[in-house]
Amino acid sequence: MSDLRLVDVALSYGSRTALAGLDVTIASGERVAVLGPNGAGKSSLLRCMTGVLPLSRGQVLLDGVPLAELGREAIARRIAVVPQQVDLPFAIRVEEVVALGRIPHERSFHGPTAHDREIVDEAIHRVGLDAFVGRDARELSLGERQLVLIAMAVAQQARLLLLDEPTVHLDLRHQVQVMDLLADLNDRDGLTILAVLHDLALAAHYFPRALLLDGGRLVADGPPAQVLAPERVRTTFGVDAAVWMGGARPGV
Amino acid sequence: MRAGVAPGIPALSARARPATPRWRRPTTVAAVGLAALAVALVAGLAFGSVSIPLGDTVAILAHRLLGWPVAVTWPTSSETIVLELRLPRVLMAMLAGGGLAVAGATMQGVLRNPLADPYVLGTASGAALGASLAVLVPLPLGLLGLGFGQLLAFVGAVVAVALVWRLSRASRLGSLTGLLLTGYAVGSLLAAGLSMAMVLSGAQLRQIVYFLLGSLATATWQQVAVAAPLIIAGVAVLAWRARALDALMLGDETAAHLGLAVARERVILLAFAALVTAAAVATCGLIGFVGLVVPHMVRLVVGPAARPLLPLAAIFGAAFLAFADLLARLPGELPVGIVTAVIGAPFFLLILRHVRTGYEL
Repeated sequence: MSDLRLVDVALSYGSRTALAGLDVTIASGERVAVLGPNGAGKSSLLRCMTGVLPLSRGQVLLDGVPLAELGREAIARRIAVVPQQVDLPFAIRVEEVVALGRIPHERSFHGPTAHDREIVDEAIHRVGLDAFVGRDARELSLGERQLVLIAMAVAQQARLLLLDEPTVHLDLRHQVQVMDLLADLNDRDGLTILAVLHDLALAAHYFPRALLLDGGRLVADGPPAQVLAPERVRTTFGVDAAVWMGGARPGV
Repeated sequence: MRAGVAPGIPALSARARPATPRWRRPTTVAAVGLAALAVALVAGLAFGSVSIPLGDTVAILAHRLLGWPVAVTWPTSSETIVLELRLPRVLMAMLAGGGLAVAGATMQGVLRNPLADPYVLGTASGAALGASLAVLVPLPLGLLGLGFGQLLAFVGAVVAVALVWRLSRASRLGSLTGLLLTGYAVGSLLAAGLSMAMVLSGAQLRQIVYFLLGSLATATWQQVAVAAPLIIAGVAVLAWRARALDALMLGDETAAHLGLAVARERVILLAFAALVTAAAVATCGLIGFVGLVVPHMVRLVVGPAARPLLPLAAIFGAAFLAFADLLARLPGELPVGIVTAVIGAPFFLLILRHVRTGYEL
């Protein structure tokens, strides 16, 4: 059980409004895509969901408890976030990056336990990175690094996984690989998945529910077929496009 | 969690994690470091302007410090040289070297910058300005065995970092860039003050130059007694926050998502790194190189995780500076900062060129 409820969430950076009062509930076990044009507030929404940005109004409830009342560590044990990319200042092996996912479970003086190492090995295997163990994470391709960050989040063992444009730098093969993995984590492990996506076709194919943001407001919420109706895509993104839902691989 | 590879992902053969070669395991590396530290201790006590036989040196230590029943066969002068003159000096070198290496590793981690060193946020110029002011206005003040110059150097280092911290919070740049640039700006301002003091110092210029190059020649037991608690407590706090240092490697936001109270942890890490640095430079002057390079050497062998990194940096920093100080006084009191660079830089370049561990910079 891990549901996340946003109640009238508003956020502004200085005078610029990023989110203008959103009400959304993400139920346990859901797989949700967050869509919208650049500047619609997608990344801001993600940051609000983890409490790293102070809200200007409203609140975020994790299983009914406001995030503001939970410590950062308690939040990190229940919500894992996969960032777009991170710059690593020092040479570091793939398994060492994944092991950083255990930080919210570790105690200050004690190093990682045998149990922690087991979970890290499992996460590496789950994401399909066994062949990369021992490699310097900085030498991997962007797609491979994205998988390393997902493995780190898996090792965090949170029930809720938030991803910020996980496929943005990836070629088609890696996009499909990441999407398959997310679907699998959702289906088999029961993780709740919420991903900010730019690729409407991928969202339509892999996600049963989509949130469409525009100008800091939630303009549509439902199955991608409804959310991405042609006239809505036109008004939101300003382009004439249709999203095909049929076939093995959808297209825009 | 069930094991298995997601459908659609090319099945990769599950491989056992390749074992780290024995010589690179943190425990092995620590054992090597402690052995080097022991050698540095005995050599540092035995050699100098007057050489004392190694056997006598070890026997004096065993007899006087550990209380072992050893027959006294050495002259009293040997004991005075070993225990009163050289031991505080060797210990001071170890404290300063270990402290600077840990402070450097911390600064590099917090600022996410491999070029950072313990002096990057103004400690060096603050301490130097403090020390040079004391040369210009030599008040007969002292505290706990520290001279006026050392007190002002300590105060200068701490005030400089506090100033950099306060000013950077008002900057509109991203917090780390703002912090580094503020450190650079404040450092330049203080360095201008230092240059002015050097111009005005006249015949006392030599004293300022010696502070800038670092020296352990004036170390006394009393100074060790003052510096040791500050440096040891500071290093212990930093080692205790190792987890925070690891998380910050990924950047502020990801660190927060791993459960870190980023702003608080950063202040703790920077404050204690600055405290350790201030204690080291106040007693020994500006010793360069140790704080920049020792952390990199350790990372090259055991990787960047802070839990092995900080203690090992302490051990190797201590051994390195103790050896450097020994080499500095053998030809008759060279400034130790010259030796750390002359010995350390070629050694580091050699390692960068030839050591292949998978952790190359």
